[in-house]
Amino acid sequence: MSHFSPALRAKAEATVALYPKKRSALIPLCHLAQGQDGYLTEAAMVEIAELCEVTAAEVRGTATFYDMLHTDPVGKYVVGICTNIACMLAGGDDLLEHAEQRLGCAVGGTTTDGLFTLEETECLADCDIAPCVQVNHRFVRTTTPEALDALLDELAAGGRADEIPSHGTLIRVERTVGLQVPKDVIAEERAAAAAAQAARMEGSK
Amino acid sequence: MSTTIVTARREFDDSFTIERALATGAYEGLKKALAMTPEAVCAEVDAASLLGRGGAGFPAGRKWSMLRKNPTTYLVINGDESEPATFKDHYLIERDPHQLVEGVIIAAYALQVTQAFIFIRGEFALGLERVTQAINEAYAHGALGRNIFGSGFSLDLVVHPGAGAYICGEETALLESLEGKRGFPRIKPPFFPAAIGLYGEPTVVNNVETVSNLPWIVSNGGAAFAALGEGRSTGTRLFALSGDVERPGVFEVEMVKSTFRDLIERPELGGGVRGGKAVKAIIPGGVSAPWFFPEDLDTPLGQDEVAAKNSMLGSGSIVVMDETRCMVRAAWRITKFFSRESCGQCTPCREGSGWLERVLYRLEHGGGRMEDVDLLLDLCDNIAPGLTWPPQQTTICVLGPSIPSSIHSAISRFREEFIAHVHDGGCRHGR
Repeated sequence: MSHFSPALRAKAEATVALYPKKRSALIPLCHLAQGQDGYLTEAAMVEIAELCEVTAAEVRGTATFYDMLHTDPVGKYVVGICTNIACMLAGGDDLLEHAEQRLGCAVGGTTTDGLFTLEETECLADCDIAPCVQVNHRFVRTTTPEALDALLDELAAGGRADEIPSHGTLIRVERTVGLQVPKDVIAEERAAAAAAQAARMEGSK
Repeated sequence: MSTTIVTARREFDDSFTIERALATGAYEGLKKALAMTPEAVCAEVDAASLLGRGGAGFPAGRKWSMLRKNPTTYLVINGDESEPATFKDHYLIERDPHQLVEGVIIAAYALQVTQAFIFIRGEFALGLERVTQAINEAYAHGALGRNIFGSGFSLDLVVHPGAGAYICGEETALLESLEGKRGFPRIKPPFFPAAIGLYGEPTVVNNVETVSNLPWIVSNGGAAFAALGEGRSTGTRLFALSGDVERPGVFEVEMVKSTFRDLIERPELGGGVRGGKAVKAIIPGGVSAPWFFPEDLDTPLGQDEVAAKNSMLGSGSIVVMDETRCMVRAAWRITKFFSRESCGQCTPCREGSGWLERVLYRLEHGGGRMEDVDLLLDLCDNIAPGLTWPPQQTTICVLGPSIPSSIHSAISRFREEFIAHVHDGGCRHGR
């Protein structure tokens, strides 16, 4: 019995097929699982393990290394505010403190309605529009407390759903093609190219 | 007259679409490359003397020439951009994904690799979507897949999302992550994945900006690229300017021909220090770099020129701190970053970064002790013995020896500020 929906299972299998070794799909599959469940559930890790041919412990052991993979439930919207150097200079600490008061939860916590999780992030690489704020890894560019409040109100009212999907959905554009070139074709092409190159080297002597 | 290479499509809001890309010459460089021999493409990149744009500045052509001959080889593009205050690859990934994809295919052809991957940090949701879209379009356009543009060369390209870990920008950690593991840097030697890389096979890892230059280099010739810049620093480079400037942003500037002062002050670039204040310190190449001070501002924006002043151009990210800024707080925040992002394999880095962060925290927030300043330097000396530049290494990767840069810079120049924090029971400026 698959924990993944039939559509997600098909997408997961197509993802595994993109890599020379199945384990390489582990992190992409964790993202896909978070897209279905909002976070990385035990059942999803078991299924990812089966798909990648590793143990569930290896999936958990890998996932817990990464900030974006949550093995505990998080809010529908994960709000990340950067306080690293460029954002610190632009008042990131003040904005983070404001967000704590506005949401009524501390950094790392989730609001009681399950809507928002607040995170203090490291540099998100958008330092010219500081302090940098992301919601579900989308740059929202709300650099003032007022703009942040307005955004949080809008999200709480169900707004901007097209732009900011609920937490876990990362890449909404689907890859339209699988691998197009069989390994043996690549091997033949490369061998022929190497032979042609060797002949050119010989000829130029 | 300024030459733009990687930001040539800057004026277009729809620069990321295939329609705009094709209307402005996308995939023409690739077509030209495919009509050349792979070694001729390599020769152009050699002639360009393109230095890697990721941070280490290793010549791309030399890295390519080290790829061990093997039936299976890989090309992996490093788009994990996480060095604090670096946001140039973010620009290229979101704004010009077709230029990136074209550059990857050119590199793959020159290297004759078996398969290529673009590793993009997970926090770039929009960038991941745009590159995925660009790859779909490139297949449909005949630029990827079987028999590209009828050349007889075939290639598959996969975009791979990261999941939030600074350390995955280190190329061997990136390969571990791409293998579905924790981002633990690999023990050296081998020093280069070109010998042993992804799945143990020879692998070239190139930065996003590095390969984004390739369509232009092939189209215009390596010599035209080398004619820009000076000495070893050829071509243009993207500089990410942030902090206390009027116009923070990403600027493409010819290497060596401009100085840090030009970048900060010129009206079409940084526009001056915000509020007309004076510069107190700048970080010249990402937070791993030792700081520059007002007397260094006339240093040209070139790799060797910055190295000659005992720092590094690194990832091309420059943070300006004005005369009102607290240096203890800056050093504390940067150290907190390293402490959070240390992968934990090596004791000097894992324990040292946390210890340093706690000492800096108490200096900044009250509770600092007079002996703390020397304690900080002693701890730094244990991570990077001698506190030289470039640093001595006691750890598997360079994250560890990068930790002392900001602390050593701040104490060397502003020791009295640290002492004042002890006397005042914390920072007198608050935040």
